[in-house]
Amino acid sequence: MAFIEIEHVSKTFDIKSSAVEALKDINLSIEKGEIFGVIGLSGAGKSTLVRCLNRLETPTSGKVIIGGENILELSGEALRKKRQSIGMIFQHFNLLMQRNVIDNVCFPMEIAGISKKEARIKAMEYLRTVDLAEKAYAYPVQLSGGQKQRVAIARVLASNPQIILCDEATSALDPQTTRTILELLKHINKEFGITIVVITHEMRVIEEICDRVAVLDHGRLEELGTVHEVFSNPKTNAAKRLILTKQSEQIEEQIIKGD
Amino acid sequence: MQALGIDVLFKGTNMQRLLLGLWVSLRISLISVAISIVLGLVIGSLMTRKNPVIKVFTRIYLEIVRVMPQMVLLFIVFFGTTRVFGWNIEAETAAVIVFSFWGTAEMADLVRGALISIPKHQYESAAALGMNEVQIFIHIVIPQTLRRLIPLSINLVTRMIKTTSLIMMIGVVEVLKVGQQIIEANRTASPNAAFGVYGVVLLLYFIACWPISMFSKYLERKWC
Repeated sequence: MAFIEIEHVSKTFDIKSSAVEALKDINLSIEKGEIFGVIGLSGAGKSTLVRCLNRLETPTSGKVIIGGENILELSGEALRKKRQSIGMIFQHFNLLMQRNVIDNVCFPMEIAGISKKEARIKAMEYLRTVDLAEKAYAYPVQLSGGQKQRVAIARVLASNPQIILCDEATSALDPQTTRTILELLKHINKEFGITIVVITHEMRVIEEICDRVAVLDHGRLEELGTVHEVFSNPKTNAAKRLILTKQSEQIEEQIIKGD
Repeated sequence: MQALGIDVLFKGTNMQRLLLGLWVSLRISLISVAISIVLGLVIGSLMTRKNPVIKVFTRIYLEIVRVMPQMVLLFIVFFGTTRVFGWNIEAETAAVIVFSFWGTAEMADLVRGALISIPKHQYESAAALGMNEVQIFIHIVIPQTLRRLIPLSINLVTRMIKTTSLIMMIGVVEVLKVGQQIIEANRTASPNAAFGVYGVVLLLYFIACWPISMFSKYLERKWC
């Protein structure tokens, strides 16, 4: 059995008396230590899918099995414990503005009841991992977007996760910064063996770090395979559309560069 | 001094009386502010619920307060209830009722606005870190809500203090009424008293409200 098993997961939202099917019978398995990408246009359901992995959303039907445990059967304290082993980083970083960098990293450890002294020592270690130790006493407002995301990554590492979910984690960053954040994620994946699930609408993110990719369109899993397979030989219209956008982006870039 | 009419304030206990009047104004407004903040926090949090019944009631309440002049509310509570229900409400109590009724509505709306301005991803991020609902409320929601709320609510507090000048219309002898009495009593001896006495009343309001206003500015600077 794979590390993460998503079995027949569907999610329907009731919005003002009409039902919106965000996910339709999704089946996926993600291996331990893998970097798995989910790509799709806005509204494809990828955010909902990733939220089902840590139960920020509860699927209407189906099973989500992580490490042999169906997380849909968990509640209360057990669910929160499980969530701590599944880190998540966001497009908006979500740091506590009134706390400095190191206190932000200490925060989940404080919540988990680790002593302040121990938390500080560990936090410093994680800040070194994300190459931001010299900013430990700066406040989030003094940091650039890329640096903020590094703090968020350090904070996620602080709860010692087995999985990190990245919800459009690089979408607010410029291409150069995106690349360094992706490199950092790759490094974390190798160094700590953390499974990473990346949600994005940007092809280059998938290309850069993912082993396998799932293409989501209108709540349906359209295509699944290694990045090479899917990108070099897209079979479905949804995948072809994404790749076409990518090509036109590259052409645009070349025009801008004046090639 | 004679020409400005400030001299009357130094006759007898006039200045003391005026300060006593100021105390009446402040007492009424501060009691109302305290009630408004507590009830406003409760009702404001209720307003973010998706319950349609609560929504309709709070909406109607808010609209009534918005469109009704405070003076009319004062008259209804003080004079109206006496005749119709036979209630004998003290003028000060009536004032506190009306000002709390008004302040609660405005406060609740500010609280509602501050609460809904916290984006969904903040709650999600906190939950993803393994926090429970109480922890999310204490560490994430309250600090951010307060930061948005304090400058706005301080503005409301100064408005409430200023508006208490209306309560002399229902017979409460507060700072403005005392000023009027002093002017009336000295009409022949110092006909210019109106300028001086009302000027001092203005100054007293300023002294009461300005530090509060400065405090709000300080908080805004500190938190932004």
